[in-house]
Amino acid sequence: MSFASLPATPARPTGLRRLLASRIFVAGAVLTGIVLLMAAVSLVWTPYDITRLVVADRIQSPSSAHWLGTDHLGRDILSMIMLGARTSIAVALVAVGIGVGIGVPLGAYAAARGGLIDEALMRFNDLVFAFPSLVSAIMITAIFGPGAVNAIIAIGIFNIPVFARVARAGALSIWPREFILAARAAGKSDIRITAEHILPNIAGLLLVQASIQFALGILAEAGLSYVGLGAQPPMPSWGRMLYDAQTVMLVAPWLAVFPGTAIMATVLGLNMMGDGIADALDPKARGRR
Amino acid sequence: MTAYLFKRVLFGLATLVLASMVVFAMLQVVPGDPARLMLGMNATEDQVQVLREQMGLNQPLVLQYLDWAGGLLRLDFGRSYTYSVEVSELVGERLAVSLPLALISLGLSTLVAIPLGLYAASRRGKTADAVSMGAAQIGMAMPNFWFALLLIYVFAVWLRLVPAGGFPGWSAGVWPALKALILPAVALALPQAAILARVTRSAMVEVLGQDYIRTARAKGMTARSVLWRHALRNVLIPVLTILGMQFAFLLAGTIIVENVFYLPGLGRLVFQAISQRDLVVVQSVVMLLVAAVILVNLLVDLSYALVDPRLRGNR
Amino acid sequence: MSLLEIENLSLDIDGMPILRDIDLTVDVGEIVGLVGESGSGKSMTALSVMRLLPDAAQLGGRIAFDGIDILAAPESAMCALRGDDMGMVFQEPMTALNPVKTIGEQVAEGIRLHRKVGSAEAEAQTKAILDRVGLPTQKFPLSRFPHQLSGGQRQRVAIAIACALKPKLLIADEPTTALDVVLQAQILDLLRELVAENRMGLLLISHDLAVVTAMADRITILRHGAVADAGQTERVLSQQTHPYTRQLVTAATHVPARTLHRPVEQTTPLLEVTDVSRLYPGPRQGWFGRGNPTRAVDGVSLTLHPGQSTALVGRSGCGKSTLARMILALDAPTSGSIRFDGMELAGKSQAELRPVRRQMQVVFQDPYGSFDPRQTAGKLVAEPLYLLDKPLSRAETRDKVVEALHQVGLSPQDIEKYPHEFSGGQRQRLSIARAIITRPKLIVADEPVSALDVSIRAQILDLFADLNRRLGIAYLFITHDLTVARAVSDDVLVMQDGRVVERGRTLGVLASPQSDAAKALVSAAPDLHRALERRLREQG
Repeated sequence: MSFASLPATPARPTGLRRLLASRIFVAGAVLTGIVLLMAAVSLVWTPYDITRLVVADRIQSPSSAHWLGTDHLGRDILSMIMLGARTSIAVALVAVGIGVGIGVPLGAYAAARGGLIDEALMRFNDLVFAFPSLVSAIMITAIFGPGAVNAIIAIGIFNIPVFARVARAGALSIWPREFILAARAAGKSDIRITAEHILPNIAGLLLVQASIQFALGILAEAGLSYVGLGAQPPMPSWGRMLYDAQTVMLVAPWLAVFPGTAIMATVLGLNMMGDGIADALDPKARGRR
Repeated sequence: MTAYLFKRVLFGLATLVLASMVVFAMLQVVPGDPARLMLGMNATEDQVQVLREQMGLNQPLVLQYLDWAGGLLRLDFGRSYTYSVEVSELVGERLAVSLPLALISLGLSTLVAIPLGLYAASRRGKTADAVSMGAAQIGMAMPNFWFALLLIYVFAVWLRLVPAGGFPGWSAGVWPALKALILPAVALALPQAAILARVTRSAMVEVLGQDYIRTARAKGMTARSVLWRHALRNVLIPVLTILGMQFAFLLAGTIIVENVFYLPGLGRLVFQAISQRDLVVVQSVVMLLVAAVILVNLLVDLSYALVDPRLRGNR
Repeated sequence: MSLLEIENLSLDIDGMPILRDIDLTVDVGEIVGLVGESGSGKSMTALSVMRLLPDAAQLGGRIAFDGIDILAAPESAMCALRGDDMGMVFQEPMTALNPVKTIGEQVAEGIRLHRKVGSAEAEAQTKAILDRVGLPTQKFPLSRFPHQLSGGQRQRVAIAIACALKPKLLIADEPTTALDVVLQAQILDLLRELVAENRMGLLLISHDLAVVTAMADRITILRHGAVADAGQTERVLSQQTHPYTRQLVTAATHVPARTLHRPVEQTTPLLEVTDVSRLYPGPRQGWFGRGNPTRAVDGVSLTLHPGQSTALVGRSGCGKSTLARMILALDAPTSGSIRFDGMELAGKSQAELRPVRRQMQVVFQDPYGSFDPRQTAGKLVAEPLYLLDKPLSRAETRDKVVEALHQVGLSPQDIEKYPHEFSGGQRQRLSIARAIITRPKLIVADEPVSALDVSIRAQILDLFADLNRRLGIAYLFITHDLTVARAVSDDVLVMQDGRVVERGRTLGVLASPQSDAAKALVSAAPDLHRALERRLREQG
């Protein structure tokens, strides 16, 4: 028998199977799934209509009528959280989209070309990195006034250099590999090689980064709407709910608990999914995180 | 090494100049007349003209920029329209709150996170590792302003150990001032520490798997002394990188958390300025924050050279 | 009693059996070779002796070193032994040293730890041992960092670390595998001298039978985690009583049956390289200046006829790979001309190069790195078909792939598999299948067998010879290994410092090299037959 030279691993769909075998990924996916489900359901139904303010019902503690209680304007907290999930997810997702859509091509291009173009892109990255989302949001709000779009733009801009860096570093590690030389010997252009060989090989890395940026985006959106630079009332958002809760914290501390828990659960779920994907990509690194 | 340092400093300065242009352009993209925007619709044309003159808006663009940038170099940020004082004076006062806050939380998070990360790495796969990294996961997921609210509720409202907010000023003595900064600093430090601990741990685990660690063990060094003498310095490289990148988040966090605690720092200043449309103040604070981020990243780049001899070389 | 006695050693990691019933002894002043193919458990045996295995390792049996029961010794006793009475040198000199510490610190550390001497005394001893391994302080100050040294120099530092305190036992795990043949010979000489000077026992681990034969008094052959054969080197290898030993010896000395290509002068040459140079910008000096440019390839000319097999040999860094890249039009020469099938390659667009690329394919060294892990074998092998002017239909592509796989001895079912499902040898076959799918006239092969185990290597060399005969493909083999050159080439070019210093028929050059570079390569090349003869002669 030959145990030293193990037979080659059998079937291929190792990626997904490994992911599903990863407890941390599944746990994260379940958490994230719940939040996504809440957001999806809120599109067609919420327990209460939050545009109707029922002052008589204000600041109720959790009950069978209002599972999570009501706020200072008598709005149902559960409904607000469901709708807030929508805002958070929409903002963070679009911001990730901006980062991926612009950052990845930039990074891949810089890696393929190298030289001056690469250097110029890295300097551009440095420049954008100097403007944290909050600072951009402050600038945009000071000029154009507050709104959820500001948050998207501010978070999205900061995502661009992040994805450009990851894509560039990933691509640079693939370019010197021999299979790229083989593809070049097969007459394929840089763009074609990037599309056929580079991007599929860094897709996992990008996915991990996307889950991280998605999570950071949720946090950033909450922070921005908390200080009034993001979603404006009456658009419900978790950050805004926490701002409102702070004013009545002495009488109704639970109002601060639920939106915060929602943020934490979403971010936790996304981060855990990212860890699971990273482990599946590089089993050797398991336990490194 | 000088070539490396020179290059980094040059790039840092170039980034700073470019960034200042972006911040300067802020006033140029305002829809309509910035002076009109600041004064509101009720102001008379004369008032607008006076403000335009005072802000130098009637000069050519290049001259305006040079004036403004030259002022920055002399720490002259212009005059606040709403407060009718020099912006530098205003900012200086507020920095006395924001800067200590940022530094305390930076120190706090570093002191907690690096030992924790190293400890977790040395106990890899054991319960202590799982518990501390689980805690780090949660710490990373907690928004700092929410954590701040929880801290206020527990320590200020419930236990009454510290004030719930406000700042007595440094003139009230160091201890009362510090006491007002403790909760905000802890709230800020938590997510920073969580990320830093994770990075430290994974860097350490990675380094411990390297061939040179095996070489050191083959010399007869104990696992513990290898960790201190060989692994630690190599771990510092990724940790420094993260510290630099985290600084931007720290600044953002400071501004938000100041609002939770009603601390009279840069954060409060900038939000008041936004609501009062005092664009000169907003512009100045933004420039200051951006410059701080660039400076810190430059320092991190320079400190690589101290840690990593490969950057020094004759290359 | 021997210095090192291993009896019935067994090792399991995470329930996976790695070693079983290993018996091995090393006497004082004796060199014992531990041979086996990759995955046979050689390194694990060595790490068991040092007790440097991962935490999950379960050891059984007995290891006695100098009367000490290694498996029962407390960790503190092991720390006292390691680096003092037993030293170890590892395979990868590039990663074996800590990049942020000076070589002086790294050598002195062990001395200070075990001898409890002051820093002045430790420094003196450090200087002495570095001087002894060929790194005199005048030229290599203690303040050097590893990245400022070459691979061979770093391996010398690693040897200095291991031998600083004159250990009773030195374990060298593939100490020369990452080095070229000339450096290999130097390092092996150094090890042999150190053993003789200090009466050390040396356990030399290698996959290279010729290296071990030249060095070891006794050898142990491992296979699948167990001892396959053991005994006096010359007896084991000349009698070859064990079938596995015979298989290894046969593979190591294998020369494929092939007819030499007779140069036909009147045919138009397939490839004409004329006075080609490639310059790289020199290192930055000061803030703005640059040093003199490096001439990676310096005025090289060569001609290749259809069906001819030429080897390009030289030490690492001699410019042979750079030349190969230029021939493949993956890099442009700074000056000179490269003509393929009569067409000048310089200044051509990718589109214009397509007909040339069809006729010219490449096989790389690393069977792991030469395939995109995310594509199926079928897709990878079909990649060069992209060069055809008219895209093929799906069925035509499949037919071509099946045909190419058949040529290299793989089956049509392999089309759907992914690279990681193939063994190293199969992967190299795949890589050859990819190279022949467009029926090229020339294949450039860059160290195509140096990452393979001996038995697989013999098969791949056979395959090259076979394809040359059947399909009339010309080869340009790039290698630092003369046995490969001897096995598959008609002509040879020897390169040094970017220049061709010698050229001629392979057998002639190998038999009587003229240039210093060729002489060095020939004398340094490990050769099983020669080593065995010398041993038998010495034994009388």
